[in-house]
Amino acid sequence: MNKLLSRAALVAAGLCLSATALSKTEVSFYFPIAVGGPITKIIDQYATDFNKAHPGYNVTPVYSGTYQETIVKALTAHKAGKPPTAAILLSTDTFTLADEGAITPIDKFVKTDDDRAWMKSFFPAFLLNGQFDNKTWGIPFQRSTVVLYWNKELFKEAGLDPNTPPKNWAETISMGQKLTKKDANGNVTQWGIQVPSSGFPYWLFQGFSTQNDAILANAAGNQVKYDDPKVVEALQYWIDLSKKYGIHPPGVVQWGTTPRDFMERKAAMIWTTTGNLTNIRSNAKFDFGVAMLPEGKRRGSPTGGGNFFIFSKASAAEQEGAYKFAKWLTQPERAAQWSIDTGYVAVSPAAYETPALKKYAAEFPPALVARDQLPFAVAELSTHDNQRVTKALNDGLQAALTGSKTPAQAMKDAQAEADRLLRKYK
Amino acid sequence: MSIMTTPALPTKPATAPNRVATSLGQPAGLLSTLGAWVLALCWIAPLLYAFWAAIHPSEFATKLIWNAPLTFDNFIAAWEAAPFARYFLNTTMLVTMILMIQLVLCTLAAYAFARYEFCGKNILFSLMLVQLMVMPEILIVRNYQTLSQLGLVDTLFGIGLPYFASAFAIFLLRQTFKTIPKELVEAAMMEGATALQVLRHVYIPLAKPTYLAFALVSVSYHWNNFLWPLVVSNSVESRPLTVGLQVFSSTDQGIDWSIITAATLLTSGPLLLGFLIFQRQFVQSFMRAGIK
Amino acid sequence: MTLTSRHIHAYLLLLPAFIFLVGFTHYPAIGTLIDSLMSTPRAGRAAVFVGLENYQVMSEDPNFWKALRNNFWFALATIPISIALSIAMALWVNDKIAGRQFLRLSFFLPTVLPMIAVANIWIFFYTPGYGLINQVLGVFGFASQNFLGDPQLALGAVTVVAIWKEAGFFMIFYLAALQTLSPSYQEAAQIEGAGRWYFFRRIQWPLLMPTTIFVLVNALINAFRMVDHIIVMTKGGPDNATSLLLFYLYEVGFSFWDRGYASALTAVLLLILAVVGLLQFFMLDRRTHYR
Repeated sequence: MNKLLSRAALVAAGLCLSATALSKTEVSFYFPIAVGGPITKIIDQYATDFNKAHPGYNVTPVYSGTYQETIVKALTAHKAGKPPTAAILLSTDTFTLADEGAITPIDKFVKTDDDRAWMKSFFPAFLLNGQFDNKTWGIPFQRSTVVLYWNKELFKEAGLDPNTPPKNWAETISMGQKLTKKDANGNVTQWGIQVPSSGFPYWLFQGFSTQNDAILANAAGNQVKYDDPKVVEALQYWIDLSKKYGIHPPGVVQWGTTPRDFMERKAAMIWTTTGNLTNIRSNAKFDFGVAMLPEGKRRGSPTGGGNFFIFSKASAAEQEGAYKFAKWLTQPERAAQWSIDTGYVAVSPAAYETPALKKYAAEFPPALVARDQLPFAVAELSTHDNQRVTKALNDGLQAALTGSKTPAQAMKDAQAEADRLLRKYK
Repeated sequence: MSIMTTPALPTKPATAPNRVATSLGQPAGLLSTLGAWVLALCWIAPLLYAFWAAIHPSEFATKLIWNAPLTFDNFIAAWEAAPFARYFLNTTMLVTMILMIQLVLCTLAAYAFARYEFCGKNILFSLMLVQLMVMPEILIVRNYQTLSQLGLVDTLFGIGLPYFASAFAIFLLRQTFKTIPKELVEAAMMEGATALQVLRHVYIPLAKPTYLAFALVSVSYHWNNFLWPLVVSNSVESRPLTVGLQVFSSTDQGIDWSIITAATLLTSGPLLLGFLIFQRQFVQSFMRAGIK
Repeated sequence: MTLTSRHIHAYLLLLPAFIFLVGFTHYPAIGTLIDSLMSTPRAGRAAVFVGLENYQVMSEDPNFWKALRNNFWFALATIPISIALSIAMALWVNDKIAGRQFLRLSFFLPTVLPMIAVANIWIFFYTPGYGLINQVLGVFGFASQNFLGDPQLALGAVTVVAIWKEAGFFMIFYLAALQTLSPSYQEAAQIEGAGRWYFFRRIQWPLLMPTTIFVLVNALINAFRMVDHIIVMTKGGPDNATSLLLFYLYEVGFSFWDRGYASALTAVLLLILAVVGLLQFFMLDRRTHYR
């Protein structure tokens, strides 16, 4: 009993102490880590530098796991009435966050000409996911696109030109067939191409569907077209890579081990985020290349990654601090450095004109591929009730890839589910 | 008032201290030994692999070549990637706090159930048993709301709160208390002991094995607990080890087994060592607790 | 019954524990049941009473039925296998067997390691191509299997991980129980020339029954509680092949933020646990009186 009381007293004392320490405006900031590297250190350094330059604010970064875990934390905190001031969350979560009343549009902080210029300075492709209802809800911060990595050594071994990746769907197949190797028992030891399908297959699939000239959702986020024949066709192509041509591993392929598979020479070509660039660069013991995704009817890739959001339940002063932090973080020099350190695409064209990034790109041209793909990039799939609507598609994709459903049936079921969920948002 | 010495509980058979009751007393046959060893090797394989991957550079994590170069960089990188010292402290504090409070609360409750008669006893006992099956994380949505209403989100105290009353402990202790001979109690009462004094001087000392056994269960459960602390803790100050290990489990960036296993070894090290040193005591405490 | 000081004493002894019990088990359970009859509150829209609508949605939700079925198979596989293995382990470790200390350590080790930490190691074991299991399979000429990506294999794969985690823990209980068995049984059996299997089946197994029941309770609870490895290894995939009830509940509650539906799912889980709990209690109670 006594222990209980003394514990309670300690907690109370602690709470009082922390309250009196607040002379600066506290800006708490949840961030996920989705790519390799000493991200926590980098973010902590940013916070320290910002706090020094802006003595009225105290930015406290809180590492909060994956994107998924970060939004869980942010929303649970919001519902408990104590949200963070700001957070980096998936750009596709914009609708969900707005529906929960958790975030506030950035527009209300844009007052000066400088602010307006800053808002216009981003790559338009990255702003797509953060805008609806004529408002901008999030600022691009760590954004990516899907790119193709290819193993130049294996290309040479297969008799292909190591500097030429597949340009289109047909070449993917023909090159992939040359690159697939089997052992004496007929088991494949090296796959031509590998596109992961665990966790969030919709993102990779958007590459295929966009290349086949289909858009999965509308800008208002209340209508999806999973059962469009072009979408089914794209899915069939993905399935055929393994079923018909035997150049792609069967079943659901793990996202987490795909870079490792590439480095272990189990796959000659892989699709994954540009955010893995630094990781692969540091660890691959062979020459490799990075290319835009192969063309179908057109070139295409979804954008990906996280935006910076400001929470509505924070006080006006705190929100102002978060806004200043967001602006500071996305200044060209800092955006450039962030891109170099992580592999993410720097969020503004100006960042690519900075000396640091120019030099880096000259030494390491693959760093520019993701950016060069931006004109062909489309918004990442995002709707109201995003997690659920996306899950319907994910489940359908996995069912089709594992053969439990035909692509047409899988997409039909996914469409039915999505329609049911989105009914109340029309 | 005289303190009772601990008598041998009459329900335990007298086993000669060094003789272990084996089945049929012969050394195990070859097939049996082989089977046991194969299983043991399978069982320890993950830990062996963890050692392998942790002491070799990243590219050898998946290639089991015997002469690969050794390195300790992974441990350094793992230690630097997250504030493990703090996580260790948090988990130790959490587990200790929970255990201490559990022991106090559950002893009192078990005493009431074991030795008192009162109105509604069976109903209250059944209510308590519900928690045996329904762990707080089952009701995670609602419990989180309660916690946020109390303002205890993101605190170690908040993580421990739902577990302070352990139906498992109450159940075990009640059973043990029930086996304590009435004569001892009566003797103490004749010497003028109050109920609480009887509890302190008769029941608790005799139930020591049960306490030890329960402590093992509680510590191991809360050391490994993940889902509830994940939801409740936000900042480093309240984050336990399991949630802290998440930074490596996040497969978004691709898995680097060398660092993950280094982190695993770093964080499991103390428990492993503890078990290595105290394994005999652990087993004996279970034996004497007579969990039946 | 008049309220004597002894009665008050008893209630006071129970009070601290019951505050927490009620606060975090019974009160939220009732709250959840109520929530399951309400719609999900969102910004600008408070929760309204909708009766059994959530349950109706649940009955039409293929993912719910899949999670339920998966959990059932998961329980059916983990419980008997981990109990059987733990008895075998206890018998081995109890014997004069070569390397007893090592065996006991190996078997108990998984309990000491947090699931979060080891799940990643198991991912390596299951990786196609260069994963440990597939490397071994390759030596024997078998094709590489995609354990975590094949809906037929995935549930089995995570079941193996769960069994691996649990069996050693149960072994300790059995070990303790075995060591309290009187050696006179074994001596008598030797004199009578009884075989090992006979000895186990007719003497040890019945005497171990109370322990078995106790371990059964634990295993049953764990079958519905263990989702950490799912979260790390498969996230319920592929195509919900490894989705378990508590995992689905967590997904609906904290990913979809559908409080009404999550509460309905919780209610189902509560019902299952209540039924199991009652069964166990009656069995347990009878056994303890039996001795």
